[in-house]
Amino acid sequence: MRKVAVMGVGMTKFGPTEKSQVELFAEAAMEAINTSNIKPKDVQALFLGNGLGDFEEGQLNLAGFCANELGLPPETTAMRFEGACASASIAIRNAFLLVASGAYDIVVAGGTERALSMGTSLATRTFAMGTDSKYEEFSGLTFPGVFAMLAHLYADKYNVPLPKLKERMAMVAVKNHKNGAKNPLAQFQKEITVETVLKGFVVADPLQLFDCCPFSDGAAAVIVTTDEIAKKHVEKPVYILGAGQGSAGSLCRQKDYTIMPSRIASAKQAYKMAGVEPKDIDVAEVHDCFTIAEIVLLENLGLFEFGTASEAVEKGETEIGGKIAVNPSGGLKAKGHPVGATGAAQVYEIVKQLRGECGARQVENAKIGMTDTLGGDAGSIVNLIFGI
Amino acid sequence: MYKLTYKQYFDALKEGKLLGLKCNDCGSYTAPPKLCCDKCGSTSTEVVSLSGKGVIKTFTVIRVSPEGYEAPYIVAMAELEEGPWLMGNLINVDPDKAKMDNIIGKKVTVSAKILPKMNYTPDEGVTPAFVIAE
Ligand SMILES: [Zn+2]
Repeated sequence: MRKVAVMGVGMTKFGPTEKSQVELFAEAAMEAINTSNIKPKDVQALFLGNGLGDFEEGQLNLAGFCANELGLPPETTAMRFEGACASASIAIRNAFLLVASGAYDIVVAGGTERALSMGTSLATRTFAMGTDSKYEEFSGLTFPGVFAMLAHLYADKYNVPLPKLKERMAMVAVKNHKNGAKNPLAQFQKEITVETVLKGFVVADPLQLFDCCPFSDGAAAVIVTTDEIAKKHVEKPVYILGAGQGSAGSLCRQKDYTIMPSRIASAKQAYKMAGVEPKDIDVAEVHDCFTIAEIVLLENLGLFEFGTASEAVEKGETEIGGKIAVNPSGGLKAKGHPVGATGAAQVYEIVKQLRGECGARQVENAKIGMTDTLGGDAGSIVNLIFGI
Repeated sequence: MYKLTYKQYFDALKEGKLLGLKCNDCGSYTAPPKLCCDKCGSTSTEVVSLSGKGVIKTFTVIRVSPEGYEAPYIVAMAELEEGPWLMGNLINVDPDKAKMDNIIGKKVTVSAKILPKMNYTPDEGVTPAFVIAE
């Protein structure tokens, strides 16, 4: 396996747009190409994460259009990867594996999405298609519903009174909005308080509006290449040290999903490949699609003991400057969650953090960073670990 | 190859019969059905009737619904006596009165709720409907 690095990265502002998914991706990808000091013709493959383009723009087969938009030559491999919200992370992991193996030298990988075009009702339906469409979707289950049930499971299992847990969940939103306020590309750049969260309307008991990430538009892309090529073109290559991916079936078969075997397995693969342990991670961009999701994933990644992450949040251990900085970008909650682009935006932030380019939200001395992206109800999970 | 397809499982559920698979190798039960035992992966399974009795493990009240559904309604997961968990609707509780202490741990029986064919579904939908028994 060859040593693999990320050179340039690019990202659009997240939030409502009038651009198409192809235009969004091309903008992010061209920024990544330009900041890598390479030309479009140097790119051999384009790996695109996209969740719901079919419903958003009636557009299938997006990857080829993106390659053409960027002026990539006809011999370019262009592929879409779909794993719901983990789509871009799957694309980047595959770019990593194929560059490591020698199949390609330079790959542009990322994702694009335009979820706001669907409106709440269709978006809620199409997002729910990430659950089991035979055995679960007919209950009218939604994604907020999946995590609402997780909050009840968590409170019941660990004997945290629900009002206490809800307050700690609100603190996750407060932290991520605080970080997002310092991110010029975030969809929401406004601080909120615990009261803001607890005053919101109920989406799925016990989750309120500010417990949920928004529907978003946006794109992000990174250039994945070899150590040698990266050193020739950029001053600060960031290395992909480890990558893992796990899978799971219907939520009901996972039973008590405060423990997610697919996530634990994915993280274990990534830690092992990178030769690091959870305690070595300085900064993490993780899948806070809902506030309770951030709490539960921190435990599944081994960053906190099972049953203790909500208290850790309350103590400020996940803030920038805390034990481990979690979602300095603002996370899905404040930065936004354009499904198919989310994993690439997480990688974008980790790369910038490790290069020390994050200004007011910079995690000091960040040397090792990790991403965590969840697709569906844990059907696809990807973890990536980066170092300098 | 299939002992019990989703269509056969739903057809039985519509008639009030909850079917599952019992593994000939490890003895555990799989429901809803799939190609192999959910625990050990063995394809040596047989179709059995399940008791249709269980306990609610968690729930939510959906207040922002997808296209085709009308909120509010309760989605819940129940653990069956035989071990598997099912996702379904809890139908005999007022959504506005659903709280952790009057739902979680309650005994339920399983029946079926039928939904008409919608956009992007191949046929009608069937989902378990839970009724609190006490
Ligand atoms: Zn078995």
